[in-house]
Amino acid sequence: MNKNYFEIKRAGINTTFQDQGRDNLYHIGIPFSGAMDNRNFQISNKLVGNEVNFPIIEFAYQGPLLKYFGENINFAITGDVKFIIKKKDNAIEGNCYQSFTLENGDELDIISTNKSVYGYLAVSGEFDVNYQWSSCSVNTKANIGANNGKKIEDGQKIYILNINKNLSDKKLNYINTKIENIRVIQGTNFDYFSDEGKKIFFEKEFVISKLSDRMGMRLEGSKIENIVDTNIKSEGLLKGVIQVPADGNPIIMLSDHGTIGGYPKIGVVISADYDKLVQLTPGSKIKFKKVELADAETLFKLYDLETQNLISQI
Amino acid sequence: MIKNISNLGDAALYCDFGSEVNKEINSKVIRYFKSIQKENIDGINNLTPSYNKLIISFDLRKKNFQTVKKLIENLNITNDDELETNRIKIPVCCDENFSLDIKRLEEKLQITRDKIYEKFFGKEFFCYMTGFIAGMPFLGDLENELQAKRLETPRVKVPKGSVGLTEQFANVYTFESPGGWNIIGNTPQVIFDSTNENNPNLINPGDVVTFEQITKDQYYNKNE
Repeated sequence: MNKNYFEIKRAGINTTFQDQGRDNLYHIGIPFSGAMDNRNFQISNKLVGNEVNFPIIEFAYQGPLLKYFGENINFAITGDVKFIIKKKDNAIEGNCYQSFTLENGDELDIISTNKSVYGYLAVSGEFDVNYQWSSCSVNTKANIGANNGKKIEDGQKIYILNINKNLSDKKLNYINTKIENIRVIQGTNFDYFSDEGKKIFFEKEFVISKLSDRMGMRLEGSKIENIVDTNIKSEGLLKGVIQVPADGNPIIMLSDHGTIGGYPKIGVVISADYDKLVQLTPGSKIKFKKVELADAETLFKLYDLETQNLISQI
Repeated sequence: MIKNISNLGDAALYCDFGSEVNKEINSKVIRYFKSIQKENIDGINNLTPSYNKLIISFDLRKKNFQTVKKLIENLNITNDDELETNRIKIPVCCDENFSLDIKRLEEKLQITRDKIYEKFFGKEFFCYMTGFIAGMPFLGDLENELQAKRLETPRVKVPKGSVGLTEQFANVYTFESPGGWNIIGNTPQVIFDSTNENNPNLINPGDVVTFEQITKDQYYNKNE
């Protein structure tokens, strides 16, 4: 019955199936993965009447061009994204945080993200994907997840099951706000760095390097001097951990990070700021601000409450 | 047995078992890891055992540092059970196409390749941890004569199946990956199998691994 599908006319740069990610596999070397920007992922699903953790298509910078075949379906895009819906005789510029209907033969051209990295495409139905460890999230490193653990490619077809027939238009008034400072908690090797190095970390700006992807974000700026050892005995990593290798340039671990690492940890990005962090584009400036654990916990509660609030408004 | 518990960010406990790397400390880490895993505590969403640390990640919606710390401190860790140990043999071919860094090692260690192989093959190595990339085992300890530093400039791509040495450790690259270990050979053996969800890793922490040298013919026969 696979009669509803997208034909991928252009895959885009880094287009993958994602959901909430997979737990409890760090010990065998598999990271969480999952949608990079959790808030925008959940909102996209709610806008098309899905459970918030349904599989979606995540894209970065340039998105896919998809041609749709099948019965009417709703879709929604979240993030800060420029896209066009091409109908038989006209083209409509789409808006994020609003559902639209696709008819047989329509094309959806996700042109690009605006001054942000990730965008999300959800449809009112279930992408026909395979799951590994209860998640479809694609980890291209270990080829785990939907689509044989690979990025979506030109020419392939993506089938959609169980389309929701009760299509109702949904909308949310929401604008992604930029973040000025990324808040961090001191890391377990904070004292490996010189006083000057610590000062640089919290006071100077860093520039996000082009060598950033779903695994990690590399930063460039004043070098952070290590006065103890530029290696530690390898140990676990988490998303948000900031390591400083011998060259003195920090690297922030992101959702597809290696599970073990041997560079000193100078800090950890607080959970409340992760969704905003991952949206910062190469070339942007970033500044760290120190917070204590109790503040980080409160900030996350507020952030999570805000997310739940947004979802309940839809 | 945990020397110190601190927080790593706002959603993880950092349990420090000491600074040395040895079987005794690592066995303690593995015991804690297995005991906590068995408890299946709601809200704990990852455990990462390593040489001498255990990181416990939790869902900040359900738990926080203080609540998880209390749980861990009050946990009964069984000392008596023997750790489950599998003995695993890994075939390795050292054909020159595979032993990418053998010349480097000969120079750095000042011994011949035959001596290197003699000191490596047939010896028992303990699996301290798995990770970095899916299923990669960190095995030890190598004899002093085999201990060399990482490559000055890591390779952008280490071939899948490569067997590498660094300091007192050996590992196997389960996927093509960047890496800086000294590669001495390649195994046709599948070390990580994502289709086997209950048991994807051939080698797990606590296991004992022995490497066996095979010929090029044996290598390609195994691959077919």
